[in-house]
Amino acid sequence: MRVNSKMSILALTSIAKSYGDKPLLQNISFTLGEGETVCLLGASGSGKSTLLRMIAGLETPDLGTIFFDDFDLASTPPHLRDFGLVFQDYALFPHLSVKDNVAFGLKIRRVGQAEISERTANSLKLVNLEGFEQRNVNDLSGGEQQRVALARALTIRPRLLMFDEPLGALDKTLREGLLNELRSILRRTKIPAIYVTHDQEEAFAIADRVLILHEGSIICEGTPAEVWANPKSAYVAKFLGLGNVIDGVVKWKMQNNEWKVESGIGEFVVQCKHKHSKGEEVCLLARPFVEQSNRWPSRRRASIRLERQKFPAAVSRPEGCDQNTIHGKVADVIFQQDKYKITLDNGLYVYLKDAPKVGRKISVKVKVECLG
Amino acid sequence: MNISRLTSARAHLSTVPLWILPLTFLTFAFFFPLARISFLTLSTSTFNVENLYSAQRVAWFTFYQAALSTLLTLLLGIPSAILFSHFDFRGKALLRALVVVPFLLPTVVVAAAFTSLIGPRGLFSTFQASLFSLSSFAFHPSPFVLILAAHVFYNVAIVIRIVGAALSNLNPKLEDTARSLGADPLHVWLNVTAPLLRPSILAAALLVFLFDFSSFGVILLLGDAQFSTLETEIYFQTVRQFNLPLAALLSIIQLVCTLLVSILYSRLMSRNSYSIAPRPAPAHKPNNFKQRIFTFALCSLLAVCFALPLAALPFRSFTRLEADRGQRGEIHYGFTTDYYEELFVNRRGSVFYAPPIQAIFNSLLYASATVILSLLLGFPAAFALVRPTRLEKILDPLIMLPLGSSTVMLGLGFIITYGRWLASPWLVPFAHTLVALPFVIRALQPAIASIPERLRQAAATLGASPFEVWWNVDLPILRRATLAAVTFAFTISLGEFGATLLIARPEYPTIPVAIERFLSQPGGLNYGQAMAMATILMALTVISIMLVEKSRFPNAGEF
Repeated sequence: MRVNSKMSILALTSIAKSYGDKPLLQNISFTLGEGETVCLLGASGSGKSTLLRMIAGLETPDLGTIFFDDFDLASTPPHLRDFGLVFQDYALFPHLSVKDNVAFGLKIRRVGQAEISERTANSLKLVNLEGFEQRNVNDLSGGEQQRVALARALTIRPRLLMFDEPLGALDKTLREGLLNELRSILRRTKIPAIYVTHDQEEAFAIADRVLILHEGSIICEGTPAEVWANPKSAYVAKFLGLGNVIDGVVKWKMQNNEWKVESGIGEFVVQCKHKHSKGEEVCLLARPFVEQSNRWPSRRRASIRLERQKFPAAVSRPEGCDQNTIHGKVADVIFQQDKYKITLDNGLYVYLKDAPKVGRKISVKVKVECLG
Repeated sequence: MNISRLTSARAHLSTVPLWILPLTFLTFAFFFPLARISFLTLSTSTFNVENLYSAQRVAWFTFYQAALSTLLTLLLGIPSAILFSHFDFRGKALLRALVVVPFLLPTVVVAAAFTSLIGPRGLFSTFQASLFSLSSFAFHPSPFVLILAAHVFYNVAIVIRIVGAALSNLNPKLEDTARSLGADPLHVWLNVTAPLLRPSILAAALLVFLFDFSSFGVILLLGDAQFSTLETEIYFQTVRQFNLPLAALLSIIQLVCTLLVSILYSRLMSRNSYSIAPRPAPAHKPNNFKQRIFTFALCSLLAVCFALPLAALPFRSFTRLEADRGQRGEIHYGFTTDYYEELFVNRRGSVFYAPPIQAIFNSLLYASATVILSLLLGFPAAFALVRPTRLEKILDPLIMLPLGSSTVMLGLGFIITYGRWLASPWLVPFAHTLVALPFVIRALQPAIASIPERLRQAAATLGASPFEVWWNVDLPILRRATLAAVTFAFTISLGEFGATLLIARPEYPTIPVAIERFLSQPGGLNYGQAMAMATILMALTVISIMLVEKSRFPNAGEF
């Protein structure tokens, strides 16, 4: 559902904002296509909520312009923007019933009673809260409150929906359920949406496109699959928990796009399109999904024999992977649904189908990439 | 189930011994006198046309001045609450302290401060007189204006505290959401902010009304005897007219009114619990022109309104502006310490039989006795109230009842019931304890309740013996609350005016009583001594408040 940029509806150009002399956001530019859901992913304090508040008009950028439909929003106050906003703490009006909360935007717009009732009922139906009109919002559960907040934002038929960590206050199962509903609502209504979160699973599940914010800048951008396949920097790889990030030094070029890299835990051969020079410091990513465990006792050290891992099948076998073996003593084994997370004594971790005993020495083959 | 019922019955029984002392005290000091007053009201001599007419007239004026004062207090208080909860500016802490301090000062001090500034002999009038020799230019605020000003001065702190708390508990995202849903700033205020603040504004208004309604010292000292409220009329009828039935009738009217308002207030407070923000919205610097103008104007207004009276009082106590009584020859205007020196002199024909400084010793003595008595009674009651059983649910409002009744009425009750012991100075600390006890209990109770049983259990599993648990857990937590309770009792006793004025022996005056006597006598020297006494009382109170502030216990002192 990727939308190309010429159909973009929202465009931010070179947005910057600082508090006092602390720069919070710098040179933020991105676009949002019609019907697209973009996720702003970042740790707390990365400025993602402030960015959202600036799009909503609740704060003004120091520099840069926000366009909606090629129209500069700078002089449009928040109440004339028609952007729906959903907060983590729901922000339901405690003095109003469910119906009056959902109808708030319509009453402000002086819509007729009949239409208010109809549109309110429709919105509540959309979020699976039919018949909740007369309920007191303070008596609802967290999930129900967030649905009311969503219905309230949907009722004004917003040109853009913005979510500020909307599921952050909910427990895991509720969060997954609501996330699925949210995704289907966004697909059905085709309202473009910006979704702010610090949870990568949430982001990857709902987003057409992910933007990763770090220290006030966008450091990574792409579809979830693209970001997953090519995290581009050590920070993103660590933040998304893609695997072991290893510091290394380039030793020599083996052949085209293939480099030998030395690190504290051994030597690796990686493929990389970038030009590297000898002695350059690079970051490597060793994905924890095992290519192949050693089937034969190593000639150099006595390691245990493990069954061949077929997991995961999708990961392609990199060239020259014979060298990309990591060795270590098992320090910890954690059961995780269909696999075990094995932590080695050198701090690396891998996923295996079977659990070796703690203290055993093992060697596993892993896919190692260069993060540039 | 049987076991739990047994233990709850045992818990129920176990608080009974704790109640023996406090209840005995309350019975003799409060309920018995109250019964005597009610009995007196029901006697046939009470309900004659004259009494009913004056009761109706006084009650009307009491309502009128209280309502007007409340309105004015809200008018200044609500913008101030917005100022303090929304904006950061230089000197904010100082300004807040300046605005809050009057609420904690004794009424006599506030009254004295206002006379020293804009009263007939105050700085303002004398300054005008020296500026324009023609008196027609001069502005002399009427006593009614003085009363209203003092009431506003006194109670703005309540509005700032209650409305300010509601404002900073207001989730700022509610306003953001309303904006994003299409509400302009005016509609945000009308549809979201105002409805959410309404309960707290109403609560603040009721509390301010309650204080203005039962205000005694301010009206007696500033009202110039021509303005009479229920409180002052009870005093006049008791002391000057000896019409005890009318005084009793007025007391009952007063009690019923304050109880009704109190019940309304506490019902409002219990319903007023929605919309607590996860984190209070941080105050910020005024960031546009309108906000800067608002902040600057209101800060200046508050600084002038609150600093001037508080500064005028000590200034006036060191300044001679007029001839002292009977003084011949040249008068030295300007700086003087005469008023303070005079406090040590036992003059014949003066208001007292002893040097006026004696009043300060009396006050300190009474205050110490009050502290001991109220802690002795307050601790068991507070401990019993921590885990309320059915018994406590009945007793809790009873314990708080003296808080709602006027101090003049308490004095009247003492006179009617214990008239033959009036010669004893020891009645005074008992009356003061009655007034202070609810405050002491409310200061101790949350501290005791805040010690979770788990804390003691944790200490025990870490190896502390029961004594060590008490020494290392209970005591350090309660020490600060106890200090707060001590200071409450001490300052309340120092400033108590209504009851003391009725029951204090002429030869054992307290500071507030002495100030009243000085102010009711003619002459510049008496006036100056009143100012000096009030300054001393203000200093004593402010020092005590600073002690409490330093050791403030969370939630202590919420009423």
